[in-house]
Amino acid sequence: MKTLSARLAAAASVAACLTFAAPAFADEALYQQFGGEEGMLRIADDMIAASFSNPRTAPYFAKASVKRLREQLASHFCEQVGGPCKYTGSSMKNVHAPMHIDRAAFNALVENLQDAMDKNKIPFSVQNQLLAKLAPMYRDIENPAGAPSVVPLREPLPSPYDDEPAAPAQP
Amino acid sequence: MKPVESKVKTELAQNSFRRRIRRPVVAVAAVIAAHAAHAQFVPPPTDRVGSGKLLLTGGVSQVEGAAGGGLVPWAVIGGYDTGGQWGANVHATRVRTQDFNLDTYGVAVGVDDRLELTLAKQIFDTRAAGTALGLGENFKFEQDIFGAKVRILGDAVLDSDTWMPQVAVGIQHKQNNQGDIVRAVGARKSSGTDFYISATKLFLAHSILVNGTLRMTKANQFGLLGFGGPNGDSYKPQAELSAAYLFRRDLAAGAEFRTKPSNLAFAREQNAKDVFVAWAPNKNLALTAAYVDLGDIATFRNQHGWYLSGQAGF
Repeated sequence: MKTLSARLAAAASVAACLTFAAPAFADEALYQQFGGEEGMLRIADDMIAASFSNPRTAPYFAKASVKRLREQLASHFCEQVGGPCKYTGSSMKNVHAPMHIDRAAFNALVENLQDAMDKNKIPFSVQNQLLAKLAPMYRDIENPAGAPSVVPLREPLPSPYDDEPAAPAQP
Repeated sequence: MKPVESKVKTELAQNSFRRRIRRPVVAVAAVIAAHAAHAQFVPPPTDRVGSGKLLLTGGVSQVEGAAGGGLVPWAVIGGYDTGGQWGANVHATRVRTQDFNLDTYGVAVGVDDRLELTLAKQIFDTRAAGTALGLGENFKFEQDIFGAKVRILGDAVLDSDTWMPQVAVGIQHKQNNQGDIVRAVGARKSSGTDFYISATKLFLAHSILVNGTLRMTKANQFGLLGFGGPNGDSYKPQAELSAAYLFRRDLAAGAEFRTKPSNLAFAREQNAKDVFVAWAPNKNLALTAAYVDLGDIATFRNQHGWYLSGQAGF
């Protein structure tokens, strides 16, 4: 009896572990389908390259720091697909507000990312799992022309450009 | 400016105490830098003419000219316009069953990803069946369809974190040019207006698109046999459903189902179904191929066959 109950308990704990581990496992699996850290950096590189060469998006990147951008993009994407990363950059709102991105520009950026993922042979169904996480961010990223360029700050990094010092929110 | 800036930045990173002292300096530097470099970003002007939508997200021209699938209008707005843009396209569609041909030609204009206006002409060729129906071989019914659709809420593609679909309402006003004939077979009128509401949702993470449309109509065989009849002359709600899987950005395939009223006494009318493949090699071209099953049409049983449609626009 003892053995049986011990076995049952063991089985139950294994089952519990599997149950709790499953989501994390699945997410990590998705991250690996993007090629892990190296894969994400390659996608970020290709997306940046596409964004510079696409005349519809190039102006928005004119002042961007490529080095910083690739790290931010890669860690952002990694976090979104459940990878072991933490995006530490400014909020989507703060980064994008001054650029007055409209839907056409947002979608052009989506296409750049799709091109980058195509180039890295990421299957379309896998691509869409990342895009599904990113797409709703249009609410924070888009900022119609005429709306304020600067959103009320909760963190001290209002500028999307590396080359400028951050303007203080309050004197 | 550059050396001062980078020096300030380095110090900022190094020491948070000194950062407080340096703040006024940073502020001054920022103002000067702003003036020197025109730091106020001016976004590039958006193209007023189309191309802002993602590939295929404006659907294709359905058989009555609205943006949708093959048989069903969807909540998407035709054309590649997004906010601040307009788009337009023309299309030609041929449906061929064992006994009939239906050709549709049309033009669609989309404004602001908000409003869709469409004009379509349908030519229904009875071919040899025309003789059996007492109309004469190759007798043709023609029908003009004016359509308007307004997106009222949601975004079918980007709201991927909610269940909220994109919702649009629309009308299709149809005028059949064979008034005497359609009345002779029992139709009450030769013209009519359909009203519909569509909800379209792309489950992006699963690459699946689902659409449901509720249509209020009196139309007999899409209006090609007039409107109303002995078995009914009131608006009846009809369900129209579509589901599609996105294989690639430029390739989707799916199936549709559309109920229709059966108002005429001389022949029963049945539901329509199709399975389709839509391919858009670029934003200027879309080709749709389908197998359609339209059921009985004007006493001719079990009409099924192929559907081909080409669309060109921006």
